[in-house]
This record gives sequence, C-alpha cells and structure tokens, in this order.
Amino acid sequence: MSQSYNRGTVEDFGRWREFSAGMWAWIFHKFTGWVLVGYLFTHIAVLSTSLGGAELYTNTLQGLEALLVVRFLEVGLLAVAVFHILNGIRLLMVDLGVGLEAQDKSFYASLVLTGAIVVASIPTFLGGPLA
Amino acid sequence: MSTQIEQQETETEGEEEETEPAVESPGDQRRATKRQRQAERDIQRETEEASLDDEETVSLKVFRYDPEVEGKQEPRFDDFTVPYHKGMTVLDALIYARDRYDSSLTFRHSCRQAVCGSDALFVNGRQRLGCKTQLSELDDPVRIEPLPHQEVVKDLVVDMEHFYDQMEAVEPYFDADELPADDLEEQRQSRENREKVKMSTRCIWCGACMSSCNIAAGDNEYLGPAAINKAYRFAMDEREGENRKQERLRIIEQEHGVWRCQTQFSCTEVCPKDIPLTEHIQELKREAVKNNLKFW
Repeated sequence: MSQSYNRGTVEDFGRWREFSAGMWAWIFHKFTGWVLVGYLFTHIAVLSTSLGGAELYTNTLQGLEALLVVRFLEVGLLAVAVFHILNGIRLLMVDLGVGLEAQDKSFYASLVLTGAIVVASIPTFLGGPLA
Repeated sequence: MSTQIEQQETETEGEEEETEPAVESPGDQRRATKRQRQAERDIQRETEEASLDDEETVSLKVFRYDPEVEGKQEPRFDDFTVPYHKGMTVLDALIYARDRYDSSLTFRHSCRQAVCGSDALFVNGRQRLGCKTQLSELDDPVRIEPLPHQEVVKDLVVDMEHFYDQMEAVEPYFDADELPADDLEEQRQSRENREKVKMSTRCIWCGACMSSCNIAAGDNEYLGPAAINKAYRFAMDEREGENRKQERLRIIEQEHGVWRCQTQFSCTEVCPKDIPLTEHIQELKREAVKNNLKFW
C-alpha cells in the first residue's frame, strides 16, 4: 500500500486540517519527544562545564541566563516537557484500556493544562533581570 | 474494458464511410462530427442540469482516473450536479450521476445498506461508507475520492487484494481444537463471552480503517486494524480452547502485529460499524504481555 499510485495531497500531510484529536496527539507526542532528546544533549554539554571547575560552570550558566533568547527557549522547553508528560499519562491510560471513549477530551485537557502551566511559568522565567 | 471514448470513435468511423468524400480530409470530417456530438451532449447535459434549477441540488466533485484509456490517465475531478431529495446518500448521488450523466463512472456498490462493505469512499476528507453517509450532513460541494493508500484501479475502485491478504493472514474462521464434552451438536457460547466479542463480529471488510491508518500506509506488513479486530474476535472466543488461543496470539504478537499500533484512533473514528478497534488492539497488546511476562 505504501507504493500506491500518486494522488497528490490525498496521501500526505497536506491534509493536516482534517486530522482528528488522536492524530494531533500522536504528532505532538513525536515532536516533543524529539525536542526533549535534542535538549538532552545541550543539557549534558552545559552540565559538563562543571568539570572545568565551579567558576567556569557558574559563568556559563550566568552567561546563558543573560540572553533573552535562552529565557524564551526555557519557556518553550517547559511547554514541550509538560505536554509530553501529560500526554504520556494519557497514553498510559490508553494502554491500560481506561477511558478510551474520552481519549480526545483527555488530549484537549492536556493541551489546556500545558497552556495554563506555561502561562503561569512566564513570570519565573522572564521576570528576573538580565544581568 | 469498453469506455465512452472508444465507442465514439468506432461510431464516427462507421459514419465516415457512408458520407461522400468532400474537400476536407476524412480526419477533419471525423473531428467535426466529434465536435458536433460533443456540443450536442454538452447542450443536452446543460438543459438537463438547467431543468434542475427550481429543485434543490447537490454538487459532486468526483475523482476520475482510468489507466487503460488514453486521455483519462491523468487523474482529474469531474463535476456533477444532482437533484437532492430528503434522505439521499452519497451512493444515491453517485448512482444518479452514473445513470444520467456518465455511464463510465465506476464505483463498487451492492447492498446499499451498510452490510456488504463495497462502497467505502473518501468523502470530504474522511473514509465513509457511501450508502451510510447522508448528503445533508456534508458540506457542498461533496468531494468523492477513492480510498487513500490503496492502488486505484479505475475512478473510485481501489485494489483490495492487500487488505484481503492481511485479513486472511489471521485465519479468520472459527476453529475449535476441542469439542464440547456433552453430546450437543452445537458449540454453545456463554452470554458474557458473546457480549465480549459482539462488536468485533460486526466488521464488514470495507477497508475504511486500513485506509485511515497511517501506520498501515507506511508499513505494508502491518496486519492493520481490521485484521487485528478479526483476530480479537476469535482469540477472545472461549470455545476455541487454550492451544488455539496460543497459536492466534503468536500471529498477533509478531513484529508487524499489534505492536505497530500507535493509538492514533483514526480507525476507530472512521469505522462505519462503530467497532472500538483501538480498544480491541490495546486489549490484545495486554493479552500478549500477560502471555509472555514470566516472573519465575
């Protein structure tokens, strides 16, 4: 079936407007998963600076925190992580066969909750002075 | 396969022999007659469609493709205007368009009551049964395409062979390894057990779920929701006995069996018989885990 006759956008992601909740949940889960894997490497890189002594580590972190981009990226990272956690719980429920009829509602709930948590976190991440 | 274009050509060729050779070449003459016929047909169709003006109508956009006829090999969409009546389904509209406007329009249908499973189509961006979908619940124009992720044979007809292969791969027939001890001829099923497999027995092999699943689209070996649902129906049937169930689980838990499912719920949403496919697949996953996890 994968080698089926080319019918343009019928068979590709050009139809994203017609995607349903379950499909969006799957796409977001994949996407956030890869972002988190990517972040892991930068995380290790930043933490490894502590091998060069306490001062280097402090300087690195302070240098990063002084950048506005990094502040915004942190908000994004939180959003990605929170969604991945909440949808992960939803998938756990799906695997256990609990509340499969409400799977679309639980996806919307995890989206809303993610949004709320991210908004609440903005003062913490962006509030401090850019030293 | 006879088509309109070929018929036209033979007809005009016959005519050409009778007419006197004029200044024009026979080819010019033939083309002229052809143009004239085309114009006549257009007028006829226009008048027919114009006569519908005072009626309520539905416009269809139908996918057309025929690899066997030159000039139809390039996929295109044909527009049809069809009179609407209350209770009209997508299939009714297609039948009207075929009978009145274009007899070469090809699609499968049989029972017209959502039992035979022949007319699964891609209507307004979703897999639906043509005979079960009311036109009143669709936005105008109604866009009708063949099922995605299956080879198109002609117009709305897709090749179902791969789907049937997957269905047969799970041995979809009742096969008890032991007969009941009492001397009854029937193999009785408990009410509870019947209730458990009830929804899974409703499958009509229409292929809508398989077409909607984008895992099945990328992995030809994946059994697909319909086949796994069939497997569920028999694996959960208590009358078949433990040995048979083990054999069935071996088919289900292969690499391209239940574990390919990523719970997108696409199949469950498009199933015209409302079978909880994802639920069945998930239950078989748990069954497979329970079957293999040993703590001693």
